[in-house]
Amino acid sequence: MIEFLQQLIDGFSQGAIYALIALGYTMVFGVLRFINFAHGDVFMLGAFAGLYLGPRTLKLFGAGPSYIGAAAVMLLAMLVCAVIGIIIERLCYRPLRERPKLTVLITAIGVSLFLENFGQFIFGANPKSFPELINNRAFELPEWWGQFSALTITISQVLVVAVTLVLLIAMRHIVLHTRMGMAMRALSFNPVAASLMGINTDVVISFTFGLGSALAGAAGILISIQQPSIDPLMGVNAGLKAFVAAVLGGIGNLPGAALGGILIGLLEYIVVGYVSPTYRDAIVFGVLILILLVKPTGLLGSSEREKV
Amino acid sequence: MDKWPKSILIAVLLGCLIGSPFVFQINPYYYDILLGIGISIILAASLNLVNGYTGQFSLGHAGFMGIGAYASSWVTLSYGYCLGANTTSTTTVFLLALLGGGLMAGIAGLMVGVPSLRLKGDYLAIVTLAFNEIIKGVIQNAEPLGAQRGLGGMVQHTNFFWTFGFAALTVYVVVHLVNSTYGRGFLAVRDDEIAAEAMGINTTKYKVLAFVLGAFFAGIAGGLYAHFKQFIHPEGFNFLRSVDIVVMVILGGMGNTAGVCFAAVLLTILPEFLRSVSHYTWLPLWLQQIAENRMILYSLLLIVLMLTRPQGLFGGLGMPRRRKDVEK
Repeated sequence: MIEFLQQLIDGFSQGAIYALIALGYTMVFGVLRFINFAHGDVFMLGAFAGLYLGPRTLKLFGAGPSYIGAAAVMLLAMLVCAVIGIIIERLCYRPLRERPKLTVLITAIGVSLFLENFGQFIFGANPKSFPELINNRAFELPEWWGQFSALTITISQVLVVAVTLVLLIAMRHIVLHTRMGMAMRALSFNPVAASLMGINTDVVISFTFGLGSALAGAAGILISIQQPSIDPLMGVNAGLKAFVAAVLGGIGNLPGAALGGILIGLLEYIVVGYVSPTYRDAIVFGVLILILLVKPTGLLGSSEREKV
Repeated sequence: MDKWPKSILIAVLLGCLIGSPFVFQINPYYYDILLGIGISIILAASLNLVNGYTGQFSLGHAGFMGIGAYASSWVTLSYGYCLGANTTSTTTVFLLALLGGGLMAGIAGLMVGVPSLRLKGDYLAIVTLAFNEIIKGVIQNAEPLGAQRGLGGMVQHTNFFWTFGFAALTVYVVVHLVNSTYGRGFLAVRDDEIAAEAMGINTTKYKVLAFVLGAFFAGIAGGLYAHFKQFIHPEGFNFLRSVDIVVMVILGGMGNTAGVCFAAVLLTILPEFLRSVSHYTWLPLWLQQIAENRMILYSLLLIVLMLTRPQGLFGGLGMPRRRKDVEK
């Protein structure tokens, strides 16, 4: 029972990270109707931005690990990723906007491979240890929790879930209550009509890429706080899982991406705990195939208007 | 124009037969590359049927190759000794193993082809990728197949004749199929699925057939590969291997068999060439390192090609009939 709860807790915080990445997939899909394969690698770049900027930023806020320093590192990484995302869109996807979808898809795969391999070239292929941004330790659970006090809940897990929640709410606010969000929704509803109504589609698409990439950057920092060993290929698997999460929740649907992320995280840890760690990836992909066969619109379908 | 593939097939087969006693005399390093080229041609030409002619973007070809490699290795390792040790019987077992590997891969192709009925473009690409990873995951957990350790001990049955014989056969089947009355359906599915359906073409059948045939030949290529390297490992059939094959098809021009075969030759030689470049000490160090990592070049090639020449390097240059399609 305790063991099961522990898997759920670990899976939940892992799922929160998938949810953040999945949001980026879903937003770009909502606006452009294409899967940004390179998204997982932007997540990796976020982690590396933290690796290089982290120690220097921490110094500005006093010597040791601190929450405010960690927040600053995360914001910086989000900024770096947003810029990278916008550059990728500008250079690689914008010239292809009128071309067949397959062309864009192949380009996206190319960008993804380029980031992975160029990352290995620049950063080195070996895993790097991530600087300690916060003092990560387990909470001491009170005695009166009885047997449940045997659970391990770390600060980073709580932090990951809290940050994800804040970012989700912020995202919801941007999409539903700002002019830019309205433009994004309009674009996802009907691109031609949106541009006829005077929406500058290029700006909106750049903004969407920036926003999605910033979320991926935040996820990159969060996962590095939890598992402080990063390498240039860490984005491949996380990106694919997050994509599965986005599809599971219904691609193009923001709450769906969050839900899908959590579910995939939980599933993954349950498989690791009770089936076999080596089947972890295979089962997640099996779920993807199953959803696409049974209900391609995902759990929360995308028939409603809130599609960005 | 339709007749030339058959004559080429016969010419290549004859060439292989005449050439095979002599190729043993060449440098073993070049012989290895030569066999690698033949296997690449089979993979690229078969993927071209799926990606190029039928327009179903598959990213999981290496998975089928892996199934073929493991299935055929299992056959030769388990039954290789049954028929005695003379050349005829070992060759029989080897060919049966290849066929078995191809059939197993074909069955897997059927399993991938069926979801393809509902999915298009990006989704299909991801699902085929997922299948590739699932296949890899299953092999990694299969103790009789060596699991994570890989599988070795196969006898090197693959030789020049079989490799290029099967390469010629693959190219022949693909080209002839697509140029037949029946096979025009593949092109119709690619060009406009709805219109094809409206004209009474059974698009389902064509899509599944493309997957099954493509997977079958990939399985044979896998069998040849396994009995050529004599050691196979699940990681050798991962997503990146699939990308290698996809790059060949895209570089050669989707739906242009001649170009794709040429690209297969080029991209098999290229890593070897780059490896030798990386030893030129007079080059700047970063250039040497880039040369060592061929995937950087591949990925840049993909991006630049899509931006400037999406029909592939040789697209529109191949057979005259294809040129008309590209212009449309």
